[in-house]
Amino acid sequence: MSKEARFRRGLTTAVAAAAALTLVTGCSSGAGSDDATSGGDVTIELAQWWEPELPDGALRTLMDTFESENPGIKVKLLSGPYASTKEQLFAGAAAGTMSDVVGLDGAWVSDFAKQGALADLSTLMKDADYDDSELASTIEVDGKTQMIPVVNFVYPLFTNDDLLAKAGITAPPSTRTEFETAAKAVTALGDNTSGWVLPLSSEAPNGIQNDVMSWVWSSGGTMLKDGKPDVTNDDVTSAVEYIKGLNDDGVIAPGSATMKEQDKVEEFTNGRVGMMIDSLSHIDLIRTSNPDLKFSISAIPAEDGFSGERGIPYASWGIGVSASSKHPAESWKLVQFLMSEKTNSELSTLANAFPGNTKSVPDFSSSDPLFKEAFDIYSEGKPANEFVGLPVAEQLMRLFDEQLQAILQGDESVDDGLKKAQDAWVGEF
Amino acid sequence: MASTNTVVRPVSTKRSTPRWAPTARKLTPYAFLSPTVIVMLVLMLIPVIMVIGYSFMDNVITNKFPVFVGLDNYVEVLSDPVFRTATGNTLFFTLVSVAAHLLLGLGFAMLLNSPLVGNVTKALFRVVYILPWLFTVAIIAVLWRLMLNPNGVINYILISLGLTDKGIEWLSSPDTALLAVTFINIWAGYSFYMVTLLAGLQGVPADLYEAARVDGASAFQRFWNVTLPQLKPIIISMSVLDIIWTSQQFALIWMTTGGGPVNVTEMLSTYTYKLAFSRYEFSVASASAVLILLLTMVLAFFYVRHQKARD
Repeated sequence: MSKEARFRRGLTTAVAAAAALTLVTGCSSGAGSDDATSGGDVTIELAQWWEPELPDGALRTLMDTFESENPGIKVKLLSGPYASTKEQLFAGAAAGTMSDVVGLDGAWVSDFAKQGALADLSTLMKDADYDDSELASTIEVDGKTQMIPVVNFVYPLFTNDDLLAKAGITAPPSTRTEFETAAKAVTALGDNTSGWVLPLSSEAPNGIQNDVMSWVWSSGGTMLKDGKPDVTNDDVTSAVEYIKGLNDDGVIAPGSATMKEQDKVEEFTNGRVGMMIDSLSHIDLIRTSNPDLKFSISAIPAEDGFSGERGIPYASWGIGVSASSKHPAESWKLVQFLMSEKTNSELSTLANAFPGNTKSVPDFSSSDPLFKEAFDIYSEGKPANEFVGLPVAEQLMRLFDEQLQAILQGDESVDDGLKKAQDAWVGEF
Repeated sequence: MASTNTVVRPVSTKRSTPRWAPTARKLTPYAFLSPTVIVMLVLMLIPVIMVIGYSFMDNVITNKFPVFVGLDNYVEVLSDPVFRTATGNTLFFTLVSVAAHLLLGLGFAMLLNSPLVGNVTKALFRVVYILPWLFTVAIIAVLWRLMLNPNGVINYILISLGLTDKGIEWLSSPDTALLAVTFINIWAGYSFYMVTLLAGLQGVPADLYEAARVDGASAFQRFWNVTLPQLKPIIISMSVLDIIWTSQQFALIWMTTGGGPVNVTEMLSTYTYKLAFSRYEFSVASASAVLILLLTMVLAFFYVRHQKARD
């Protein structure tokens, strides 16, 4: 073998070995950057799904403000869609590489708490001498504060003004009887119109929270007793019997069993249903998709004769701090910044949501007038979402969903279905 | 003229080979193989071993200190009625899909290979028939969800033709949901068979058909005694692969029905996913995944044996 050939062979061996080494190191590196520092600065990570849902660059601008107010702390945003954020956080929690500050949904909190992945915010608040009296709510699990709702999205009743008027209904319904009358009248218009739309897809079973349990909460009811499942109580039974009645009357839009939230919005936007319970965050989408659609929002109807405070379902962009963060004090500063009166007002305005700080007021001057109306409904009622903080919340919704579908199809009675749902929920607890 | 004393030394014909050279030579192929081997180890073998290990623990990931529980997770999965429903649904979905893929694929391939059809028509049909294969699962799911919607185009056609008086809830009714997702899967997958079988048909020697014709064989006899035996190796390979792929179908089911309504379209894949990412019972999900792996390995065994027999 010539010298050149030997050199070539040696070189290729080295290249192959280097490639292998690169792969090994590539696969074994990347254990998180929560201890990253640059030029003496502390860099903390904020993992969330909010950035893609906010106007371009809005969250980064807020972070720039935070960095200028807190020299020495840099914030790295890790943004993704809701579902992938959830999966990343679960993987991070398991591997101990969770980002320092994390965006949370109330439905995840209990499971993260069970893993010991979240820091006790009460301790961080105490260490920072923070007065929590301005916070609208905090989510506790086993006596430890694990999440603070930063902004809240409420779910009022949307009504198609034109369809209701055509059906002879002059005002949005405020009681169950009025709702049933309106739903029947709209369905009677024919031409593939339905009174109400109810999404019950097993893939995304949040219809149970937003469209089913909302009937319980709006009349001051509950699905829990001492923090444990109680879905066979009168409140839930009455709501499910009511929904079953609506189904038997044929006023629910067809395709309910596999319908998801986006399908529900589409049905309403296309003018095929008279009423839906939905997030305020979809107002812009509905306006853009069908500029001619005239619709109103109102509180979710309550049981006839109910005069108490109405619960209104909500979903939150919550925030928490990782238990494995090496910079808990700096992480808390970021949480404190987001919950401050000024920043929280700004963020809620940007997100078309309601603030988690009681002193913050969103600026509705450039928003759709319906947001102002919704804020009044929100202020008059009380935010209600009993799934927040429950273990395997999504699975609970799915289990209830399966029983509700069986009830609506007539395969089992309301009592039997709820009994099975209760047993299944108790099993999960 | 100045002269220089030049000493010419004989060049040794024997090269001085370093002692490590033979070892390096032996190691070179392994060095080249090592990236692939490492990737296979890291991305396949290690995860499989980890999942098998998880399936014997009480609960991993969400439990910081999992303990060994033996076969408890397997007992839980096998005694779960939903698992049995999912197994039955997967069996129906897979067998019907594979049979229909084969029949449709073979039928269309023979149509495109027929001398009775003009070249322009053939080219046009080739494009039309292969279209479903070009769409991603997400597109297919959205497309069919829209078409099968109670207010969708399929129901519009049926109502217009007077075949039904109101929209059928194809994906939402327990009576039709499994058939509907199976139909969508058939639509999405027959093209692959068609393309492969068409290639196989074009490779069948014309002499065989001529000889059969001379012997007086009818069209059906030529198909049965010439075409099918010639395509048999392709058909068997494709069918085994299709059974493996279809039994693992997840995205299409998840994006169309999510396993509902009331478990009627629950498959082994969606059942396992829900255990892991909805109930966070990663150990039970691992047990379910290992059971699926065992079923798949049985099929893979037959596939490999068939391939070896061919070689």
